[in-house]
Order: sequence, then C-alpha cells, then structure tokens
Amino acid sequence: MAKTIALVGNPNSGKTTVFNALTGANQHVGNWPGVTVERKEGQTHHNNQTYRVVDLPGTYSLGAFSEDEVVAREFILTGNPDVVINVVDATNIERNLYLTTQLLEMGTKVVIALNMVDEAEAREIHVDEKALAQALGVPVVRTVASRRKGLDQLMAAAAATIHAPMNGHVELSYGKAIDAKVARLRAFLAKGDFPYPQGWLAVKLLEGDEYVRQVVSESPALFELKTFRQFWDETVIHAGDLQLDIVDGRYKFVGEVTKHAVRRPEVEVETFTDKLDRVLTHRYWGMPIFAGIMLIVFQLTFAIGQDFLGEWMVVGMDYVGEGLDRLLVTLNAPGWLLDFASNGVVAGVGAVVEFVPLIVILYMLMGILEDSGYMARAAYVMDNTMRAVGLQGKTFISMIVGFGCNVPGVMATRTLENRKDRMIAILINPFMSCGAKIPIYLVFIAAFFPTHGGIVLFSAYALGILVAFLVAKVFSKTLFKGEVSHFIMELPPYRTPTLTNVLRNMWDNVSGFLARAGTTIFAVVSLLWVLAVLPTGAEPYGPASILGSIGQFIAPIFTPAGFGNWQAAVGLFSGIAAKEAVVATLGMVYAGVEEGAALVTAIQGAFTPLSAVSFMVMTLLYTPCAATLGTIRKETGSGKWALFSAVYAFAIGWLLAVAVFQIGSLMGFA
Amino acid sequence: MEYLSLVHLKEGDTCKVARIQAGSSATRRLYEMGFNTGARLKVLKNDRGPMIVGLGGHKVALGRGLAAKMLVGRA
Ligand SMILES: Nc1nc2c(ncn2[C@@H]2O[C@H](COP(=O)(O)OP(=O)(O)O)[C@@H](O)[C@H]2O)c(=O)[nH]1
Ligand SMILES: [Mg+2]
Repeated sequence: MAKTIALVGNPNSGKTTVFNALTGANQHVGNWPGVTVERKEGQTHHNNQTYRVVDLPGTYSLGAFSEDEVVAREFILTGNPDVVINVVDATNIERNLYLTTQLLEMGTKVVIALNMVDEAEAREIHVDEKALAQALGVPVVRTVASRRKGLDQLMAAAAATIHAPMNGHVELSYGKAIDAKVARLRAFLAKGDFPYPQGWLAVKLLEGDEYVRQVVSESPALFELKTFRQFWDETVIHAGDLQLDIVDGRYKFVGEVTKHAVRRPEVEVETFTDKLDRVLTHRYWGMPIFAGIMLIVFQLTFAIGQDFLGEWMVVGMDYVGEGLDRLLVTLNAPGWLLDFASNGVVAGVGAVVEFVPLIVILYMLMGILEDSGYMARAAYVMDNTMRAVGLQGKTFISMIVGFGCNVPGVMATRTLENRKDRMIAILINPFMSCGAKIPIYLVFIAAFFPTHGGIVLFSAYALGILVAFLVAKVFSKTLFKGEVSHFIMELPPYRTPTLTNVLRNMWDNVSGFLARAGTTIFAVVSLLWVLAVLPTGAEPYGPASILGSIGQFIAPIFTPAGFGNWQAAVGLFSGIAAKEAVVATLGMVYAGVEEGAALVTAIQGAFTPLSAVSFMVMTLLYTPCAATLGTIRKETGSGKWALFSAVYAFAIGWLLAVAVFQIGSLMGFA
Repeated sequence: MEYLSLVHLKEGDTCKVARIQAGSSATRRLYEMGFNTGARLKVLKNDRGPMIVGLGGHKVALGRGLAAKMLVGRA
C-alpha cells in the first residue's frame, strides 16, 4: 500500500502550489465522506516509491470552529497519514508555527516545508532552518513551491520520516496553574485507554474542545472514579475560560522557538503589495477599480474566447457534424439514427461544446485574479456594500466562486462561521451567473447584440449581483434576523500567478463542463429528441410532437414576458436539469424547425431584442440546476430549503422578466 | 497603563493587543490568527470600511465593529 502524505497549512501558505508541483497531472477532486468540503488527492513518486498525497483544507488552527478545521483534524486523527507535510509561510512564520505547534502536540509525524523563502529573503526576513529544526525536533526543508525548488529534498525528508520511529510529542508549558491541571488530568487519563497522547487530550479538555470531551466522556472506567467526576464537574465543564491562556501559551512557545531562528529587519521593507494596496483598496477608488477589472475580464473573454477561438470551434463542429453524417451514410445507418446524430447530438451537445474556448479563457482570467491575491481585496472593498444588505465581505468570495459554478459557490459558504450569514449566502448564490449560463447569453448576443457582447455579459453579472443583494436584504430582515457577523480576513501579498495553478484551476472547471456535456446534457438531449420526433406521424420538432405539446402547455406562463413560444418554454424546462441544456435544446428544436438554419438565425426569427433581454433575465435568475439544488439540500441539511430555492428563484426570475418586457414595451422598445 | 480601542488609532500608529472583548468564538479566532496578548500591530488603514492592520508583516482586514472591541496599549 502506498504511504499517505497529508498537506497541512495556513491559507495562502502555498499548499495548493506544493500539491500541484508534487502530483502534477495525477490528481483528482472528490468530496470528504459525509461532507461536501472539497478533497484533493493525488500521487507522487520518489525513489521509485509511490505516495498518496492528500491536500487538507487550509486552516489557522486544528480546533473545531469551522467545518474546514474539523475536516483537517479528523483526517490527521483518524485518516492515519504516515506523515504530515506542514507548509509554512516563511514571511509569516510566527502565525504559521501556531498550527505546527498543534500538530506537534497531537504527536503527529511532521516535516516542515519552509515555503516562500524567496519572498522572505526579499523582505530581509532570515530564517535559520537548522535552528528551527533543532528547536521543534522535526525536519525543516526550504522550498519555493512556485518555482519547484526544494521539493526533492522535501520528499526525501518525508520518506525518511515515514520510516523513522516516532520521537515523542512536544509538551508545552502553559503557566503554573494550567500545567497543574494538565498534570492532574493526565494522571486520570492514564487510567483510560485512548488512541491519542494524554497530554494532548488534557490540553484539549481544558480548551473546552467538544470532540475530545466526547471521546473522554465515553470512557466509563474514568467516570467510576468519584475524584474524576468531581474534577470534571469543577474544572473541565468550565474549561472554556482557559482557552485564551492556552492560545497565548502556544504563541509563547513559538516566540521562544523563533527568537534564535528568525531575524527580521529593524524597519520593515516597503513592499510592492503596500504600494498596490494603496490604490486597490482605496476608499473611493477601490470599488470602481473592481468593477473595471471585471469588465476587462469579460471583454477579454469575448475578444479571445469568442471572436478569436470561437470561430474555429464553429468550423470544427460543422466539420465533425458532416464527418459523422458521411460516416453514418456509408455505414447505411437508418434515417432516424442520422437525424438523431445531426439534429439531436450535433445540434444539441455541439451547441454547448462550441463555448468551451470562451469558458477556458474566463476561468483562466478568474484563476489569475485568484492566484494573484486580488480576490481578497475584492471582498474587502465589497464589505461596506455587503454590510448594507446584512452580509459581510467574506460572503462575496462565495459569490465570486459561484460565477464559475454554483455548486462550489454554495460549498464555499462553509468558511462563514455564522449560520445567518451562511443561509443567506447559500440562498443567493444561484443568482451568481455560472459558467453554464454563458452559452445562453452568447447565442442571444450573437443574434441581437453582436457588437456589445462584453457589456451585455457584464450587465448580466451585475444584475445577478444586484438581485442577490436585494434578496439578501429582504432575508436578513425577515427569515434570518440577527447580528451582522464580524469580518476578519487576511489580505495575502500580491504574487505573480503560477501557470500550473491557473491551468489546473481552469481544467478542474472545464473538465466538469465537458463531462456534463457528455453525460447530463447528452441524456437530456437524447430524451428530448425522442419526445420531439414522437408520436410518429406528427411533424418532427413540430408543435404536434410530444415535446411541442409539453412546451405549448407551459408556454402561456411566459407570454407576459414576451417569449410565450413553446421552444423557449421547453428550453427553460430542460435547464432545470443543467443550464447548458437550454442552448442544447434550443439548438435541437430550432434546427428542426428551419432545416439547415443556424440556431442564431432561428432565434432572430423567434425573438425580438426586447424579448431576448427578458429571456436572458429569466435564465439568469430562475430555478437553479439540479446539481445546485442537491448541494443546497446537503449544505442546509434540509430538502425544504432546496424546494424553497427552486420556487422563489423561479418567481423572482419570472417577475423581473415580465417587468422588463412590459416596461420595455411601454417605453416603445421592441 | 491605559487602554484604548483599536478604532481610535490613526494610520501609521503602532500598538500592542491588551484584551479583546468580542464574543468567545470571534475572540478565539483573533487570538489564533496572532492577535494574542502582547501582539504588536500597525494600523495601515483606518478610514471607511474595515480597518487594515499589519501583524507580523502580514495584513489582516478587521471589521470596524470588531476593531472597536479590541483594546490596545501604546507600543
Ligand atoms: N514567491 C512565492 N510564491 C509562492 C510560493 N509558493 C506559492 N506561491 C504563490 O502563493 C500564492 C498562494 O499559493 P497557494 O498554493 O494557492 O496557497 P494555499 O492557499 O495555501 O493553497 C499563489 O499565488 C502561488 O503562486 C513560493 O514559494 N514563493
Ligand atoms: Mg489553495
């Protein structure tokens, strides 16, 4: 069996970079059992040995305050990693070593990757890794993960540590009073049989840790002792009061460790980050700059992804379609198969696949913003606005993640500690226009607003944010009352994005998009194709087909919004399975209506500029896709909220679409 | 030594954390992020919106409500 290496570290310490550098293409994303926090796993090789590498969520501590911390701690305690690589940011070593201290107290085998030493050097922060290793009793390896420096030595140290015997765990002194209690507890705990170091259990009990309290209270042997019961009731139950002293104790230990191992400059070197932040977090300019950056992102996405690469995709898809047609003809395939292939699969799935270049570019640009450290500034400049609607700045990060896909967007709300914040953040996330909706806008842009693509796309995103804010405001006054929670967020230094990280992040998203095109979208399109050509005798893709009947049944609801035609209704209906299916369906039903006509031409015939806008508003806001609804159910722990989300979003989408169409008509637009 | 609330400091001021009077989980989070007793802070930004303070050479944004509950002494 391959030995397991777990990566642990503070957020922004370079964990993902180390993970990507170690595992390369050999990685996959899954979920932790039972919870939806992302779990990344991969493989790496060293000296002809294969190792399994698990990337744990970035945390400041191994307590139980957020879901991420619990996941990281659970894995260290019960996942039995053979060694933990603790990624430590050399420029912020004191705080990073706080986490290290906890690992050492737990009796874990640790190797420290002293990362970002290049940056530390530039800021004249000198870390003597030998002194550090000596003081902590674990190997310390200098690394620059973004340039793959020191990774071989890191793996060598990890491999050696796996095979070395455990050299005991560190015990800290927390001052006389606490130490006496720890000693007392240890004497008791020695009578029980626990799979964890007694010293660690004792300290955790005094910190008021629920999980450890549970573990210990399940030991009947201890509770038979009257003296223990008495000690438990008098001390352990109120132990939470000591937690801050214990944190101070750990920092004191860190202070002693770093006293001789770390040298900082007298006067801090002014960094590029300081200069840039003066502009990007400026009290007046911060927000407009953020809006400007997003606008540029969308314009670039269009310029490169659509105008430049997109053309080739269209040509390529035509080519594939014709090739498939010819192949089927030479194989003497029956007529229905030919129709299924060209009007079902190529027109439907192909309509989705054409947008891959655009999505590739968008995710790469977003990845660059993310990797550079700018996203934290976006949350910062948004805090005031967020506060006005009853939320806090950090919520904005989950909203930005939602721009990619609402599933991870909803999951990203896990970093919010407060339930009110979290529930609202989950319920508004689907208003963040996800990547799968882009093809829908693009088709309508191509049909009616070909010269204003960037602006239209930007407006869609802006409208989504606006609606999310209004809904959040209403929710925070009605369903989820309570105080606005505190905003604490680190602003990492600006860094040059790493190509590997950007490509990796893009691929994780795009591969999901492609996988859906091949599975869900294909299935939906196949099903709809069957419904479109049946019953025999009815004109295929016509209003008399089963699909046409369903569409005609739904369509009247949308008449006030200006798109009461059955094709649009069917498209929206299929979008509940997955948003990509909207365009796939339109591609199919319209390709059938006007033989040979491109989807865009068909749409120009079926919609007006005004009804195109109201249709886009509807697709932006209405019922989230099945995968998102499923995630909402899991994250809120209740199907009721998922149902609520499905219904209220539909209502809001419909109301706004109708408003757009009616007001637009009154104003004389068509 | 008298303490004052972090929000009253100006950009460029330095101080030491004395006590945090927020709720227990926010207080603990701050402690764990390095705002523990005696930690040295530098106020980098204090105008509208969250404050930005420098701590061990890194920047942390703190909501004003929270900053108001952090008592500091002159360093
Ligand atoms: N200068 C420098 N930058 C690094 C190093 N390691 C990672 N980075 C960058 O630091 C940023 C945060 O890294 P990431 O791996 O996402 O951190 P995580 O939050 O711990 O996963 C990214 O922009 C990386 O490219 C390093 O050793 N030196
Ligand atoms: Mg990361």
